[in-house]
Amino acid sequence: MNAWEESAISIATFLPLVGALVIVLVPKDKERLVRGLGIVITAAAMVIAVGLAIDFDYGSGAPLQFELNTRWIPAIDARYHVGIDGISLPLWVLTFVLSFLCAIYTWRYVPSPGKTKAFLALMLMLETGMAGTFIAFDLVLFFIFWELVLVPMYFLIGIWGSENREYAAIKFFLYTLFGSVFMLLGFLAMYFRAAPHTFDILELQAYGAGGGFTRTFQLITFGAVALGFAVKVPMWPFHTWLPDAHTEAPTIGSVLLAGIMLKMGTYGFVRVALPILPEGAQAYAPWIGLLSAIAIVYAALACLAQKDLKRLIAFSSVGHMGFVMLGIATLTPIGINAAIFGMVAHGLITGMLFFCVGSVYDRYHTRQIAEIGGGLMQKLPYLGGIFAFVSIASLGLPGLAGFWGEVMALLSSYSPAGVLSDQVGLFRVFMVAGGIGTILTAGYFLWMLQRVNMGTVPEEWRDAPFPDVVAAEWVSWVPLLVAIVALGIFPRLIIGVTDGAVESLMRLFAG
Amino acid sequence: MNQVIDYHAILPELILSGTIVLVLFVDAFLKERSWFAMPLALTGVVASLIATLTLVGEHRSTFGDSFVVDDFAVMFKLFFLSVAIVVLAISLRYFRDGGSYQGEYYFLLLTSFLGCLMMPSSRDLLVLFISLELVSAPGFLMAAFRKTDLRSNEAGLKFFLIGVLSTAVMLYGMSLMYGVTGATNLAQIGVALAGDLEQGKETLALAAILFITVGFGFKVSAVPFQFWAPDTYEGAPVPVAAFLATASKAAGFAGLLQLMFVAFPAQFEFWTPIFAVLSILTMTIGNFVALQQRQAVRLLAYSSIAQAGYMLLPFALVTADQAANQDVFAASTTYILIYAVMTLGAFAVVTALSRESRALPISDFDGLAKRAPVLTVAMTVFMLALAGIPPMGGFWAKFLVFRVAVERGGIGVALAVIMLVNSVVSIAYYLAIPRAMIFQAPQRERPFASPVLVTGVTFVAMVAVVAIGIYPELLAHFPPLSTLVGP
Repeated sequence: MNAWEESAISIATFLPLVGALVIVLVPKDKERLVRGLGIVITAAAMVIAVGLAIDFDYGSGAPLQFELNTRWIPAIDARYHVGIDGISLPLWVLTFVLSFLCAIYTWRYVPSPGKTKAFLALMLMLETGMAGTFIAFDLVLFFIFWELVLVPMYFLIGIWGSENREYAAIKFFLYTLFGSVFMLLGFLAMYFRAAPHTFDILELQAYGAGGGFTRTFQLITFGAVALGFAVKVPMWPFHTWLPDAHTEAPTIGSVLLAGIMLKMGTYGFVRVALPILPEGAQAYAPWIGLLSAIAIVYAALACLAQKDLKRLIAFSSVGHMGFVMLGIATLTPIGINAAIFGMVAHGLITGMLFFCVGSVYDRYHTRQIAEIGGGLMQKLPYLGGIFAFVSIASLGLPGLAGFWGEVMALLSSYSPAGVLSDQVGLFRVFMVAGGIGTILTAGYFLWMLQRVNMGTVPEEWRDAPFPDVVAAEWVSWVPLLVAIVALGIFPRLIIGVTDGAVESLMRLFAG
Repeated sequence: MNQVIDYHAILPELILSGTIVLVLFVDAFLKERSWFAMPLALTGVVASLIATLTLVGEHRSTFGDSFVVDDFAVMFKLFFLSVAIVVLAISLRYFRDGGSYQGEYYFLLLTSFLGCLMMPSSRDLLVLFISLELVSAPGFLMAAFRKTDLRSNEAGLKFFLIGVLSTAVMLYGMSLMYGVTGATNLAQIGVALAGDLEQGKETLALAAILFITVGFGFKVSAVPFQFWAPDTYEGAPVPVAAFLATASKAAGFAGLLQLMFVAFPAQFEFWTPIFAVLSILTMTIGNFVALQQRQAVRLLAYSSIAQAGYMLLPFALVTADQAANQDVFAASTTYILIYAVMTLGAFAVVTALSRESRALPISDFDGLAKRAPVLTVAMTVFMLALAGIPPMGGFWAKFLVFRVAVERGGIGVALAVIMLVNSVVSIAYYLAIPRAMIFQAPQRERPFASPVLVTGVTFVAMVAVVAIGIYPELLAHFPPLSTLVGP
């Protein structure tokens, strides 16, 4: 291990934070410089991340690569332990790619009331928090990164959001904080139960797999930890902050929220809750499955009732994350692979959908489906076309990225893990519910397209001088569109990366 | 008995006493330039700080073991003197522009700090009592220092009446304790209480502990003895409120820590439930009432009540296990220190604003982000830190308390859950001021003029809060926090 390999992921992760400080120091009137810096910083971090992904040894059996485990706070046994494995790599890289694309988008669109410096600085802070969560292998470090995203997102929604922004921002903050404090309590409980006391995720995994924790302890602790993750995902019925936050957030905020932040919750289940507390996971799995099935159907029904385009996409997120959680609940390698695939695909597709809605709003200055009134394809053929393409990807058309996560999740719930053999019937019911959900999903997306894209342009917009997709949009969108197709055709791009790590993680539940 | 006084041990106090006398003369002889009292006071405090630094690592005792200098005492002394520097810095312009008697104010302030300085060294009921009164008595006068303002008069009077009442209760407890044990020295009381007590004396001792705890409950504004705090903080000059919320409160805790861990540890089964109830009530009522506040200082007052609840929580976790008690002790002490930094910072920002707004409703913070960006960022940091959001220093303070609570198990976990819920609730009001500063439109357009010293200490406090947050190991470089506890 040379010094570069040890520190590379930390450099990539903290580069945005340093960049945020630099941006704060730039004089206010240098608007172009600030936006340029935003692109350069995120690009540099992304280059390192992608470089490491190329450097990543995919055949290696080593649990962690680019690992760094050094002292941080000896007084409480917290260590700075970071590393990457197949599960975290796709999400970690996705964080940098999406942030970079957001920075490009910001070159043209800084939402009202401006303040580009603060906007980009907060976005970069957010990037560090999100990226750090995916590489932390110490529970205290994990928690710090986890909470680091709260404050920037609060201000992104609260300052640059739409009318109801303050309410949405505080609701987001309180809700997530409420979940995460119980998560912290769970972490501390694990620390004190493990012998010797440790916050290290790998050591706790080994301890948990060796049956170190009693069943009662696992049930209670899993509940506490899962609450924190469930709010973040968000699982039904903890989802109510999400539609508000998404609807009010600026475009970039929504993209990063849907694209990455929600994944922190599902990632937490896979990384922390399942492997450390296997018996707890087993006991809760049917309930998680049930909540996921409800989420899928509920979200689809809610989408059918939405009048606001952005709120509709937000509710569709709840449904998609339901598929991800259903995959996790099965405790099978296929299910977890499906979940990670679903996370990445949802990040790309829903991120892209929020970009589209943001651009539609930028032109029409309304998000009400009725006010847009149809004819998007006629008025703005490129934007309309992209919007249609991404919507169809989102409803799970085979050959596009959205398909694999959902179908694998349904597949895995047909035969859940060996330890859940008593509940096979139940999981098949969930599968049927999920299947109904996919039909409803197709229904509301197509109905939405019918109302927004099809038809003729209403009188009031006919002469409006709307520009079609502009350069900054093309540059930030094309990579996402390419990735959506590529992952649809070659799902191995993700599953090949995750499979090894997932297999070794899920051996616990083979039963 | 021929007493030999260890002058090195009391050097910091001696220097401060000398300064106090000098400051008193400023008003008499330098009428035109009475603000000169502040640099003079500052010099004395810094000299005292240097004298304290020479005591680091020492273990000395004098006056027949009733005045002890050890790691615990030195750490608290350094802390109080640092607080004194900050309070002096934010006082200068406030009192110079306010047209009060400045020499008198600095005299009173330093006298209070002299009490603070003595407090962590007091290992005798009598010295403890004198220290405490030395902290409080000048406080009554300082709270009423804006003589023409009715609210300030109310502040002083309320503080005085409650202070006297609590003193009486405490003194009664102390006299009972002397009656039971025949000693005023804390260590000797500890030995006496750990031995076998006769039936009647046992009850009497418990009553004494209860009375003393109640007396200190007033000082640290624990519910149900808190109601003076919001009115007093609101009416007092803002720098005085800063003093009351930090140094005065910390002095109360320093005394409480010594009493509980040195004199009364044997009776922990009696007093831990009392502290559990006090802690729950204090944090919950403090937080929920804070939600209703529309005035900045009152909000900070209720915040300081709620925070006192978190600091009291570790007291409820004491057991017979000395090793665990060390962690408990360290958690409480660390919380007090970090709390004081955050709160001082917040009060510094409020002091800056008080120049253009006497009444200080939160709406007067509207749009400050445009006019005073540094103060806005700093205030946001302090508020998030007080709420315990990482990566701010306040998170670790809470983390350490959670940690000992979970380690204790049983009642500890229940207390931790209550504290967690309280922390979440608290974010709703802690964000009120940043929200006004950042989300609202400014009421005035002209640039905000903040005194250099105030901006300076605000900035330093902000850096400290963030530095502790990122690298909490900084605190571990303090002398061991647990010298009072253990074998």
